[in-house]
Amino acid sequence: MLLIPCPWCGPRDEAEFHYGGQAHIAYPDNPAALSDEEWARYLFFRDNPKGPFAERWSHTAGCRRWFNVVRDTATNEIHAVYRVGEPRPVTA
Amino acid sequence: MSPETQGRRTPGADLPDHPDRLWRPAEPKRAYDVVIVGGGGHGLATAYYLAKNHGITDVAVLERGWLAGGNMARNTTIIRSNYLWDESAGIYEHALKLWEGLEEDLGYPLLFSQRGVLNLAHSLQDVRDSVRRVNANRLNGVDAEWLTPEQVKEVCPIVDISPDVRYPVLGGTYQPRAGIAKHDYVAWGFAKAASDLGVDMIEHCEVTGLDVRDGRVTGVRTTRGAIAAGKVALAAAGHSSVVAGYAGVSLPVQSHPLQALVSELLEPVHPTVVMSNAVHVYVSQAHKGELVMGAGIDAANSYRQRGAFHIIERQMSAALELFPVFARAHVLRTWGGVVDVTPDASPIVGLTPVENLYVNCGWGTGGFKATPGVGWCYAHTVATGEPHPLNAPFSLDRFTTGKLVDEHGAAAVAH
Ligand SMILES: Cc1cc2nc3c(=O)[nH]c(=O)nc-3n(C[C@H](O)[C@H](O)[C@H](O)COP(=O)(O)OP(=O)(O)OC[C@H]3O[C@@H](n4cnc5c(N)ncnc54)[C@H](O)[C@@H]3O)c2cc1C
Ligand SMILES: [Zn+2]
Repeated sequence: MLLIPCPWCGPRDEAEFHYGGQAHIAYPDNPAALSDEEWARYLFFRDNPKGPFAERWSHTAGCRRWFNVVRDTATNEIHAVYRVGEPRPVTA
Repeated sequence: MSPETQGRRTPGADLPDHPDRLWRPAEPKRAYDVVIVGGGGHGLATAYYLAKNHGITDVAVLERGWLAGGNMARNTTIIRSNYLWDESAGIYEHALKLWEGLEEDLGYPLLFSQRGVLNLAHSLQDVRDSVRRVNANRLNGVDAEWLTPEQVKEVCPIVDISPDVRYPVLGGTYQPRAGIAKHDYVAWGFAKAASDLGVDMIEHCEVTGLDVRDGRVTGVRTTRGAIAAGKVALAAAGHSSVVAGYAGVSLPVQSHPLQALVSELLEPVHPTVVMSNAVHVYVSQAHKGELVMGAGIDAANSYRQRGAFHIIERQMSAALELFPVFARAHVLRTWGGVVDVTPDASPIVGLTPVENLYVNCGWGTGGFKATPGVGWCYAHTVATGEPHPLNAPFSLDRFTTGKLVDEHGAAAVAH
């Protein structure tokens, strides 16, 4: 089980959180202008790296806030935790 | 034999002995007509049908670990074909028909046991969806029945059908031809048969790059040197994004841990396979006697072959809800594999934007049952350069055209 440091509540068990997948996916600026390929990318394609991954979590059983995490999917090690709206921090 | 077990059937005593070496040890050659990346069930079955159905034997299966050490040796072996849509019925039922003759075809015991699969319904919506799926199955020639709670109890006497539990059993779908097989024997059977036909099995050989020239794949880089290839067929399951990425191809899949567990060996008590999407568990009893249980994926992406304990805890409580008789069973072992999940819970099998590079992935939590079927169709795709009609609907470009094959209802917890 992951130990996830909520930026507001501190470290808590994974069971308290809800997963939100890849972070920093912005809704298209001009949806009407997108090609089918661009819609497919936006709707269905997400990064799936074996390594550092910026992802969203929500502390559903705690403060109920969303935040972002950089976690290495090969080791599950958490490299950074940061608030929604902040840029992805540079991690080693 | 200890005094207690004397005179009683030792669980597993009737299983075949472990075999000696089944396939030729092979060193990688410098070039092959076809290189298959991934020595799981799908890679091995594809190699077999390339050789058998298409006469293509200059083939190597490259496996980064040992043959079938990935999901093939970690799955819970449920085989069924009762998916909702016509496209799915096509490929899964083709697989089931092949299973029915596979021991004979491969000349190897697979312990394929058509003990049936029950999918339980616990809410009015479950009932409606299930009855609809039974009707869809029948229209596609897939055996399916709707059972009342009493009929469920007849098929599987240990299921609790009392109406006063939190999620009472309101009925279930039943596919009598469904069942289980012994997954490692299946892998060995395909590996032996393919090797006998001339395919090279190359273990401890990780593909670390794909050579692409003018939009066409020409070979693979591996931890054991470069290998030229006329065609490259990806079958890397949980690592599909990583290997496809070597050719600049992105796939709409996410890799997640999927866990399972077994109990100690018990006397035979469970005659079939029971699955429940609503309480979120499925249970069968292996030939040796272990109860085999699983549920859904761990939510977060990960390439670690282990998951979180709360997932195990939840599936255990779901199992106890359905089977109070398991209250004193012990968990012996839990493990995990890495599965590649698509947005529509259907696989991706076919061409890629790179010429001569083919992809088979996205089977997620349910690709074991498809092993012979996908091997058959993927071999056709690779041999002819055109998708087999049964895998044509499962193209990569369906995510652009929007023609998804949404099997979340039939695939959710179900495998
Ligand atoms: C716990 C669990 C339970 C499951 N239960 C069921 C079930 O009951 N019924 C069902 O139908 N399905 C089930 N599945 C799903 C099923 O196991 C998979 O869909 C199926 O095994 C995938 O195909 P495969 O056998 O080829 O995969 P794998 O056996 O995973 O084969 C892929 C292979 O590729 C290799 N590989 C990866 N990267 C590279 C590289 N760079 N170079 C060389 N080799 C590489 C891997 O090492 C691996 O051996 C389950 C899966 C899990 C994890
Ligand atoms: Zn919090």
